Amino acid sequence: MRTFSLTLNVWRQKSASEPGKFVTYKAPNVSEHMSFLEMLDVVNDDLILTGGEPIVFDHDCREGICGSCGFMINGIAHGPNRATTVCQLHMRSFKDGEELWLEPWRSAAFPVVKDLAVDRSAFDRVIAAGGFVTAPTGSAVDGNAILVPKPDADLAMDAAACIGCGACVASCPNGSAALFSAAKIGHLGFLPQGQPERDNRVLAMVEQVTLEGFGHCTSTGECEAVCPKGIQISYIARMNRDYLKASIAKRPEASVGGSG
Amino acid sequence: MSATSAGAASPPTAPSFYKATIGKKVVMALTGTVGAGFVVVHMAGNLGVMGGAESFNRYAAFLKTSMLVLWAARLVLLGSVVLHIRAALQLYALKAAARPVPYAKKAYRAATPASRFMIWSGSALGAFLVFHILHFTTGTLHPSFIEGNVFHNVTSEFQKPLIAGVYLVSMAFLFLHLRHGLYSLTQSLGLSHPRYVNTAKLVANALAFVVAAGFASVPLAVLTAVVR
Repeated sequence: MRTFSLTLNVWRQKSASEPGKFVTYKAPNVSEHMSFLEMLDVVNDDLILTGGEPIVFDHDCREGICGSCGFMINGIAHGPNRATTVCQLHMRSFKDGEELWLEPWRSAAFPVVKDLAVDRSAFDRVIAAGGFVTAPTGSAVDGNAILVPKPDADLAMDAAACIGCGACVASCPNGSAALFSAAKIGHLGFLPQGQPERDNRVLAMVEQVTLEGFGHCTSTGECEAVCPKGIQISYIARMNRDYLKASIAKRPEASVGGSG
Repeated sequence: MSATSAGAASPPTAPSFYKATIGKKVVMALTGTVGAGFVVVHMAGNLGVMGGAESFNRYAAFLKTSMLVLWAARLVLLGSVVLHIRAALQLYALKAAARPVPYAKKAYRAATPASRFMIWSGSALGAFLVFHILHFTTGTLHPSFIEGNVFHNVTSEFQKPLIAGVYLVSMAFLFLHLRHGLYSLTQSLGLSHPRYVNTAKLVANALAFVVAAGFASVPLAVLTAVVR
């Protein structure tokens, strides 16, 4: 088994209110089979044994589907591999003696909790604003009672693959959340169940994105390039189309219905 | 238990449209389209300089046939420029606020320089626009300006390498600004679609090149004494 060593420059920050700085660590005996987070686990073990503070980073499932992990490695969200979360990034992607810079997502909407962990509650509030369907719960409807064309189901599923990790915001030169919100708006917009609230959804979610202070989309394509789920910026165009349509066509609530 | 009240509780419509960055980008796209349409026509008209003094001066006079039409066009253009710059500055301020702590290291995987530096290519074009109007429209900065003799005004100035150079560099900025702007507006207006996105990029690049090269051909032709 090949082992090698790395130099890590890690952003250390005690809390959102305190300034942070880079601290350099050696990572000796890195196995090529380790995931990036396992490599950090070993660095943290050494830090704990020598009385240091372990490096804080978010993680949960470690199989690339929960959206907890993520930070910048040498200026690229989730590191050098395409369509890969940092937990699924293996050390064989790095060379012996390489120097790496680890930074948290940098966004005003994502305050640093500690070190590499950021608070992504802003995304939760965007979802809470309209990223759902108002459906009666209870007994399940009959299978195939609502027909969904296969291409639409595929497009909805591609958008629904978004795990809300925040890499799109982190990599965007403008700190825009366009790809995230477009994926969430798009995945319901492709389905019949999403139609009744489609106009309200895009208006409410875009409103919340604005309130959270995310930047604008300049179609650079950076988000698409780092998205661990490979979500495409065509969904952003679709969101913009929905937003335009809803802004123009939406009727004020008071004028709808009431005539019997 | 009223879990059914939609979270999307009737958000306000009209006033908030422009508040969202998408609304600002729609204004950018629409006013940018006006500007792009203008430069295409302006470039095509400029090529008339190749036909010599008489026909070019006649074309210039034709443009001023109706003062009403001329000033209506100027007002639309000025309005577009003002709204374009206003949205750009507002978005630039939002962008700065969205990332108060910059990255120590940042690498780009997809973003072209043209897409990342729109504010700077735009600023250069804004400065050029002011100079250009004072130079060839009002003649304020023109040492030998003759009202109505557009051919003389242009050729006398483009013989100076410095002046020609300023125009050529500005056209390089125009190329960069247009090549990204023309593609990006299809995204902003929601016209982009996976089926047409490559065509849109190709058309944006080609149109940007044709416009910039067409404009640049005038100072180059004068500088190389093809047109004098």
